[in-house]
Amino acid sequence: MTSIDALAARLRAEIGPRRVLTDRQELRTYECDGLAHYKVIPALVALPGTADQVAAVVRACAETGTPFVARGSGTGLSGGALPHADGVLIVTSQLREIVEVRPEDERAVVQPGVINLQVTKAAAPHGYYYAPDPSSQQICSIGGNVAENSGGAHCLKYGFTTNHVTGLEVVTPDGERIRLGGPAPDAPGYDLLGAFVGSEGTLGVATEVTVKLTRLPETVRTLLAGFRSTDQAGAATSAIIAAGVVPAAVEMMDVLAIEAAEAAVGCGYPAGAGAVLIVELDGPAAEVEAQFAEVSALCEANGAFETRIAADDEERALIWRGRKSAFAAVGRISPDYIVQDGVIPRTALPSVLRRIGEVAAEHGIRVANVFHAGDGNLHPLVLFDDAVPGESARAETVSGAILDLCIEHGGSITGEHGVGVDKARYLPRMFSDDDLDTMQLVRCAFDPDGIANPGKVFPTPRLCGERPARRRGAHPLQESGVAEVF
Amino acid sequence: MGVLDELTRPAGDADVVCGVPARLVAAPRDTAEAAALIKAAQGRSVVIRGGGTKLDWGPPPRSLDLIIDTRRLAGVVEHAAGDLITVVRAGTPMADLHGLPGQQLALDAPATATAGGTVATNASGPRRLRYGTARDLLIGITVVRPDGTVTRAGGRVVKNVAGYDLGKLYTGAFGTLGLITECVFRLHPVPAATAFVRATTPPLHAAKVLAGQFAASALEVSAAPGAEPELAVLLEGTPAGVRERAATVARLLGGRVGERPPEWWDVPPWSPGDVGVKLTGTLSQVPALLATAVGAGATVRGSAGAGVLYAGFPAGPDAAPDGAVGAGRAVELLRAAAVRAGGHAVVLTAPAGVRETLDMWGPVSGLALMRRVKEQFDPDHRFAPGRFVGGI
Ligand SMILES: Cc1cc2nc3c(=O)[nH]c(=O)nc-3n(C[C@H](O)[C@H](O)[C@H](O)COP(=O)(O)OP(=O)(O)OC[C@H]3O[C@@H](n4cnc5c(N)ncnc54)[C@H](O)[C@@H]3O)c2cc1C
Ligand SMILES: Cc1cc2nc3c(=O)[nH]c(=O)nc-3n(C[C@H](O)[C@H](O)[C@H](O)COP(=O)(O)OP(=O)(O)OC[C@H]3O[C@@H](n4cnc5c(N)ncnc54)[C@H](O)[C@@H]3O)c2cc1C
Repeated sequence: MTSIDALAARLRAEIGPRRVLTDRQELRTYECDGLAHYKVIPALVALPGTADQVAAVVRACAETGTPFVARGSGTGLSGGALPHADGVLIVTSQLREIVEVRPEDERAVVQPGVINLQVTKAAAPHGYYYAPDPSSQQICSIGGNVAENSGGAHCLKYGFTTNHVTGLEVVTPDGERIRLGGPAPDAPGYDLLGAFVGSEGTLGVATEVTVKLTRLPETVRTLLAGFRSTDQAGAATSAIIAAGVVPAAVEMMDVLAIEAAEAAVGCGYPAGAGAVLIVELDGPAAEVEAQFAEVSALCEANGAFETRIAADDEERALIWRGRKSAFAAVGRISPDYIVQDGVIPRTALPSVLRRIGEVAAEHGIRVANVFHAGDGNLHPLVLFDDAVPGESARAETVSGAILDLCIEHGGSITGEHGVGVDKARYLPRMFSDDDLDTMQLVRCAFDPDGIANPGKVFPTPRLCGERPARRRGAHPLQESGVAEVF
Repeated sequence: MGVLDELTRPAGDADVVCGVPARLVAAPRDTAEAAALIKAAQGRSVVIRGGGTKLDWGPPPRSLDLIIDTRRLAGVVEHAAGDLITVVRAGTPMADLHGLPGQQLALDAPATATAGGTVATNASGPRRLRYGTARDLLIGITVVRPDGTVTRAGGRVVKNVAGYDLGKLYTGAFGTLGLITECVFRLHPVPAATAFVRATTPPLHAAKVLAGQFAASALEVSAAPGAEPELAVLLEGTPAGVRERAATVARLLGGRVGERPPEWWDVPPWSPGDVGVKLTGTLSQVPALLATAVGAGATVRGSAGAGVLYAGFPAGPDAAPDGAVGAGRAVELLRAAAVRAGGHAVVLTAPAGVRETLDMWGPVSGLALMRRVKEQFDPDHRFAPGRFVGGI
């Protein structure tokens, strides 16, 4: 019996035979996440139905030194949920209960497999919603959101997952269940909750999440403005921010992205636009009306040749449809594409877009730009045809050069899709060895044996406890009881 | 002369932390000098001092060789107005960050507190309801680790998920994981108009404000034994919008609109010699938490909108009003009430003599893991030994 067979037998006994998959055909379903060109078939898939069962699976992994990878809905775009060939994939799809909705406390408690949009649906009848809204919100899980610190178009005003999670129950890589934070803010002690959010499954498995609920705004107003160029649209964005307005969202698409969206969903954006801007304001009615007039004027002052204001929810949905379909839509104008995710300071937008254009031209590659303009989060879509020899390599070069541009301008190599397997090699361009080493101190505290999602995020794993000065076990003062006084 | 001699001076009478005198004091000028200092100070225990406004928060250090003063690590390095961020050295007084042209670091902190101290304590005030705390506004950080390694996390852009978010870990760590030398903060525009609504009304009416469409920037409560409780609301925005919302809130609460906050706004409810406690709980439990605290003889203020309250009461039974209980019993009562409310009670400050008798931090979940984190960063337990949760 191989070690995996033994593990499978143990898990079948502990969590039930239907919750353990080893059939190759079934395993294949889980071979990749949203970044489909990385594929690995896991040795075993576990589908736990309770937090205790998650703990049982992780404990079995810990005791046998077996790597494990958590997986929510598998929509991640950096290969974070890519399985380990000799490891266990822990899928949270059987953990989909909304445990509690407490509008009076502005909190909801959910299991990790709950789909992002379901939280809002459960809260909406009470006049609340869950603010982080990744474009994938109809399918991605809250556990995945926590692991990736996901954002969405509206995080410009409302912040990211990390600003909306107050409590977690986590199974640590040794198989223990612990609580971090809770329903109230500012739990005393180190903010391990804050460290866990965005750790991409490398610190354990979240088994319960307490999230903040946000009051639904009284008014939402959405404007679509057509510009001749991205420079003009960028200038309008800067002017809006400079005026002290904090819109709920400011999204931009360039001419190629517009072309793709038109081909895919016929969103009817202003004809001849070199760029469109979607600006959404929300809040108390009087505030929104006053600021909306200002935003319209600023768009026009910066060259908008056509502005449209959504009269109702249907028109708003129409304006957003083009934007939300953008990733998939480029499939209409290119056989293959890479979705890049990088961040630059907003003020660098015009110069970086120009440089992206130049780099793309140098390599004979087209790049469509869709982005969260308000916070400088770019999603360049690098278009190529895999059937043309050498083109995918050139696309890869352009895609990497875009990240270098982001770093050069003081930005980041990822604003929301995470590092995963895909960007681990770029992380050292942004952080020094010492910086990465320090992050891995936290890893060593949670997962000294490195079995939680190994090979992700960090290009070179740190050997925990390798330094001679590092003490194992408890501090003498602690052992003697002195440090336990309180 | 060794590096340590060059960079330190003998401690004076004022160089004391919670009654524990230091032997040496250093005030490094930049991150590199701080790193050299900390490397040279291996084997010695260290407490970091910012503005020194809240050094009496937390238990006394188990030992203290060296105070690292951040006074000279000061100055705004950059204010990128178009990007709404600022880069500041850790010793920069908060006063310098309240008055950036047209923009603000939206943290309520005393003018003499430092940026680094505010991050290290994760202190917050009324406007946390709208803007969050240091935890939410810090986007990048430079820290010198206890072994002298200089390390950065985060960056200069608000949206960034590259690598672990270590800024969160250092925030509220009370200097136990290293010396913060530089912080990058997200800024907010200064609102065009503000108004306060003040009402004498039961705290449970805070729920009406939260359920309404007022987008309040702060919702504060004040209560004390023998006094009528008050609520106060801060509204920010456009002049017309603020006027309209303030009038509606005033009608809703039976209060009045003013340009200035009440005199108790953002003032901790304790004086020197008192016990000061931070109480947290879920929003629906705030009225119950207040009632327990006032019943135990405490004056209480804080955010009814965020569920974070501050309670102060005299330390000795002699000074306490009639019917009040002793400090130890009061802390027990408050802690039980906070736990019932889903939160915590942490003793921030207490006078010498009483401090030693109190469990300042109370029970903390995840403590074993926190110890492992400390062990990784500071295996010799030199930075602020004994000042943090569980004796960390
Ligand atoms: C069309 C499309 C649009 C997208 N738009 C956005 C967007 O606007 N903003 C954005 O931020 N992202 C976006 N994404 C990326 C993706 O949807 C998010 O990263 C999402 O949070 C992933 O959730 P998931 O449940 O699919 O996680 P998975 O892909 O299954 O996993 C992602 C990571 O989380 C870990 N993980 C999953 N569950 C847990 C758990 N319970 N405990 C610990 N770790 C766990 C995994 O190990 C992995 O590292 C988009 C993706 C697609 C396909
Ligand atoms: C509602 C409210 C009202 C408040 N009102 C007041 C008030 O009126 N007066 C007042 O004095 N305070 C007040 N505070 C507390 C105060 O805002 C913070 O504690 C303060 O910002 C600390 O700054 P400091 O520079 O004085 O730090 P210090 O008091 O010097 O240090 C505080 C802690 O932080 C650590 N530390 C300091 N700098 C660093 C660094 N660079 N790196 C690592 N660790 C560091 C220290 O070791 C210590 O543990 C209030 C807090 C609240 C919540």
